[in-house]
Amino acid sequence: MTSLVIAEHTNSALADATAKTVTAAAALGGDVHVLVAGSNAAAAAEAASKIAGVAKVLHADDAQYDHGMPEAIAALVVSLAGSYDAVLAPATTRGKNVAPRIAALLDVMQLSEITAVLSADTFERPIYAGNAIQTVKSTDAKKVITVRTTSFAAAGDGGSASVEQVSSDNPGLATFVSEELTKSDRPELTAAKIIISGGRGMQSGDNFPMLDRIADKLGAGVGASRAAVDAGFVPNDYQVGQTGKIVAPELYIAVGISGAIQHLAGMKDSKVIVAINKDEEAPIFQVADYGLVADLFKAVPELEEELGKIGL
Amino acid sequence: MKVLVPVKRVVDYNVKVRVKSDQTGVELANVKMSMNPFDEISVEEAVRMKEAGTATEVIVVSVGPQQAQETIRTALAMGADRGILVKTDDVVEPLGVAKVLKAIVDEEQPGLVIVGKQAIDDDSNQTGQMLAALLGWPQGTFASKIELAGDKINVTREIDGGLQTVSLNSPAIVTCDLRLNEPRYASLPNIMKAKKKPIDEKSAADLGADIAPRLQVVKVTEPAERQAGIKVESAAELVAKLKAAGVIG
Ligand SMILES: Cc1cc2nc3c(=O)[nH]c(=O)nc-3n(C[C@H](O)[C@H](O)[C@H](O)COP(=O)(O)OP(=O)(O)OC[C@H]3O[C@@H](n4cnc5c(N)ncnc54)[C@H](O)[C@@H]3O)c2cc1C
Ligand SMILES: Nc1ncnc2c1ncn2[C@@H]1O[C@H](COP(=O)(O)O)[C@@H](O)[C@H]1O
Repeated sequence: MTSLVIAEHTNSALADATAKTVTAAAALGGDVHVLVAGSNAAAAAEAASKIAGVAKVLHADDAQYDHGMPEAIAALVVSLAGSYDAVLAPATTRGKNVAPRIAALLDVMQLSEITAVLSADTFERPIYAGNAIQTVKSTDAKKVITVRTTSFAAAGDGGSASVEQVSSDNPGLATFVSEELTKSDRPELTAAKIIISGGRGMQSGDNFPMLDRIADKLGAGVGASRAAVDAGFVPNDYQVGQTGKIVAPELYIAVGISGAIQHLAGMKDSKVIVAINKDEEAPIFQVADYGLVADLFKAVPELEEELGKIGL
Repeated sequence: MKVLVPVKRVVDYNVKVRVKSDQTGVELANVKMSMNPFDEISVEEAVRMKEAGTATEVIVVSVGPQQAQETIRTALAMGADRGILVKTDDVVEPLGVAKVLKAIVDEEQPGLVIVGKQAIDDDSNQTGQMLAALLGWPQGTFASKIELAGDKINVTREIDGGLQTVSLNSPAIVTCDLRLNEPRYASLPNIMKAKKKPIDEKSAADLGADIAPRLQVVKVTEPAERQAGIKVESAAELVAKLKAAGVIG
């Protein structure tokens, strides 16, 4: 049994999601190889070779694989798939984009966003926005899997895998045009230990600096509900939920968020949940460890002040 | 250019589903069903293309039971031209749906297929990408903007770090995200008109598509329930509790 993990990386650095996916792959049993596809990604390939439990790194050095272009990466993975029993990718937007393309080319039904590995062919995955957990067994000879990274701890360092070069032809179906990435010095949501999120109750993007100031004190990431993104308060990559980012920080603070099923799906595995909402009936309070029924425009500045008092 | 839009009948997004006590699935009896919300967005986009004169015909297709006809009617009332129901009472996995859709694409030859990013029941997020693979077409997933530019289709995509734009050769598959548009409500006259629009009925076998499932559902269970905690009276008390819990400071 050998598994191939498709690395999430920025060419110069390997994302944490990769080491988490390696943990899921290792749970299948057997060897784990990691594929790093992208131009000038030697640094990411080297980082992958140091993950504990990785036996080999495949490095495909070509600009056609940059920006996660799925047509090229799927063609590459399919060309390698003969040697593998399973192909895994983290359930990031890149992984979700490319993995089903690979699965269909291999005539395999994908297992999406697994949260547990029960055996080499049986997995748990959430359905209906996490309101039910499905235990599902794959009858396909090869498995194609995306992994919910919040459910797996990152594999540690200490590996010393060999790095081998691989390549494939360019299918020439699509080209990358541009990227507009949100600039932030704060931790990325899926990696943040603390997150403070704002909802429609924030009323305007102009009020988000209130949350930014708390985030800066706590070293937190800033997220949002769909309503806040739809209203244009913050960019799309802030969205936490069933169809946005799935997060599970130590502390999640929901401000002016009602707690719709779709939002809860993205944050209810957080260790400690705080809700600040003026409506004491808001469903968010049913999952909150600490609820503060208050007007956020009063409570959030007070929270900032109280954090200052304890030296934050 | 013809535009094909696959629409799925799912449990309405406002329903909090319950797991059946025998753990075989979720309770579907007497539960409100609707069109998958992402598919409303796809239908809207296709209808806007027709209104703008860039699409000649909008065809909706659903794979599902007889009642999926209602979902198709909803799309016809929004402005789609005709429907295809691929009738089956079995659960069809995304790979099977993609195979059915491929057969329909081979027959209809659309220049664009707009698929939802994710069905809110199985939360698979696979069908569009699989269809693109089976056809050998490019894919623009999680779209917040679609621009037809000659023989290219430019798609702006919602990605983890922000937005990305790709240029696809046509024909192509696009899967839509929440910000692509705001779907309209069908007007009463259009609902009446939709009753006269044609819906063709087929089976997967007619289309030569293999829809046998590959996954066996062993069981379906309730997730771990979170207990509601306590209410605090002030920001000061909140900070004290969080400090005591060891999550700050
Ligand atoms: C297909 C689909 C996918 C979806 N995916 C997601 C998703 O991934 N993530 C997501 O978040 N949503 C998602 N949604 C949307 C979801 O159903 C809700 O509409 C959304 O989460 C509501 O956002 P909200 O809580 O900010 O707004 P609202 O529900 O409007 O709640 C605002 C809250 O703010 C409170 N408030 C207002 N003013 C104040 C004040 N001054 N002080 C304190 N409190 C105040 C109100 O009491 C209220 O509880 C999805 C919906 C669909 C149909
Ligand atoms: N049974 C079906 N009939 C028609 N379209 C479907 C069906 N299942 C999935 N789709 C399409 O594929 C999209 C993604 O579904 P999924 O891959 O199941 O998350 C949906 O938004 C629909 O556009």
